Amino acid sequence: MASEHEEEVRVLGKWASPFTHRVVLTLKLKGVAYKYFEEDFANKSDDLLKYNPVYKMVPVLIHNGNSLPESLVIVQYIDDTWTNNPLLPQDPYERALACFWLKTLDDKILPAVWNACWSDGRDKAVEEGLESLKILQEALNGKRFFGGETIGMVDIAASFIGYWVDILQEIEGLELLTIEKFPKLYKWSQEFVNHPVIKETLPPRDKLFAFFKASASKNKDSTA
Amino acid sequence: MADEVVLLDFWPSPFGMRIRITLAEKGIKYEYKEEDLRNKSPLLLQSNPVHKKIPVLIHNGKPICESLIAVQYIEDVWSNRNPLLPSDPYHRAQARFWADYVDKKVYDLGRKIWTSKGEEQEAAKKEFVEALKLLEEQLGDKTYFGGDNFGFVDIALVPFYTWFKAYETFGNFNIESECPKFIAWVKRCLQKESVSKSLPDPHKVYEFVVEIRKRIGIE
Repeated sequence: MASEHEEEVRVLGKWASPFTHRVVLTLKLKGVAYKYFEEDFANKSDDLLKYNPVYKMVPVLIHNGNSLPESLVIVQYIDDTWTNNPLLPQDPYERALACFWLKTLDDKILPAVWNACWSDGRDKAVEEGLESLKILQEALNGKRFFGGETIGMVDIAASFIGYWVDILQEIEGLELLTIEKFPKLYKWSQEFVNHPVIKETLPPRDKLFAFFKASASKNKDSTA
Repeated sequence: MADEVVLLDFWPSPFGMRIRITLAEKGIKYEYKEEDLRNKSPLLLQSNPVHKKIPVLIHNGKPICESLIAVQYIEDVWSNRNPLLPSDPYHRAQARFWADYVDKKVYDLGRKIWTSKGEEQEAAKKEFVEALKLLEEQLGDKTYFGGDNFGFVDIALVPFYTWFKAYETFGNFNIESECPKFIAWVKRCLQKESVSKSLPDPHKVYEFVVEIRKRIGIE
């Protein structure tokens, strides 16, 4: 039975990327059907070069032929277009606060934590990573999720912290996000990974572990 | 009920200028507070504890940090006057993408131009001109990035014009000769009172940069 209004939604991504995950998770939370294409960076597809000529990176969303790169731009677009289950607050001030945390995640928190993960335990990098986790825990402000009682856009954007960090810190033998250091943020990460919709979208832990472990050894070899 | 709007700012900041232009576009009265960045006020530190940076918009006592977020907030609250963002979700997303591109490229590359030398500076100049050319392509034949109406991307970008004299002098290049369409667009924007009244004189910004360079020991 043909639908009156054909929606074609495609995602170009990389399975191991938390940025791709943001887009996939948002589409799932909105109940939007989409087709997924895995990009090989050693051999970028014509589609990637056509749909993201500025940065040539994933994720990219293509909706009825219109393309958008940049995960946070994409996630906000999805929220604007499919208005069921809103992921941002309706109140302008609360919305501005949520957007502030989205930007702070990408500009400050994620880079600091990522650097800490790959720092070989260098004090300054680890300290900055821990400081960023502290700031993020304060943003949670005792709530179950950043979005309140339900998942919101900030939770989605923080998936790297909710899931990836645990794997990376195990690979590198670091203690960044632990129940002792950040009990409330750690509790949030457990709510995050056990959420019924989210857990279906997360890449398998053992695959991610192997992927990043191989990546880590490659980096160490090249700097030796 | 009267709205109380305060802007914590620093006169040469292109990020602060974005909010000034937006408030002017919407006809909103506000109190401007000049911050001394070497001696930040308790109000600033309390309003932006995470980054401790200007600009901060304070509306009825509630702070909004990050210039583009403040611009979007003003748009949301004063939505019946002079819309600055497209109503269509895809065009709105594109506007956000290009404003984000300005944030990622123009400020950092510009800064590299006036703080570095030699090969590093040459590379920054080249990338800077490429970024402006890409923006020129986006502009195309339109009057503004927003189309017929001055909008979000125009607001995000036009303040950096006030730093061009500094970039050109320290980088030893001429932006108009490389990107004439860009400068033509700047001139159109400057014809709007909301823009011309919100931007400082580029010569004053240049003098400020000379001071800063001395202070941080460049040259």
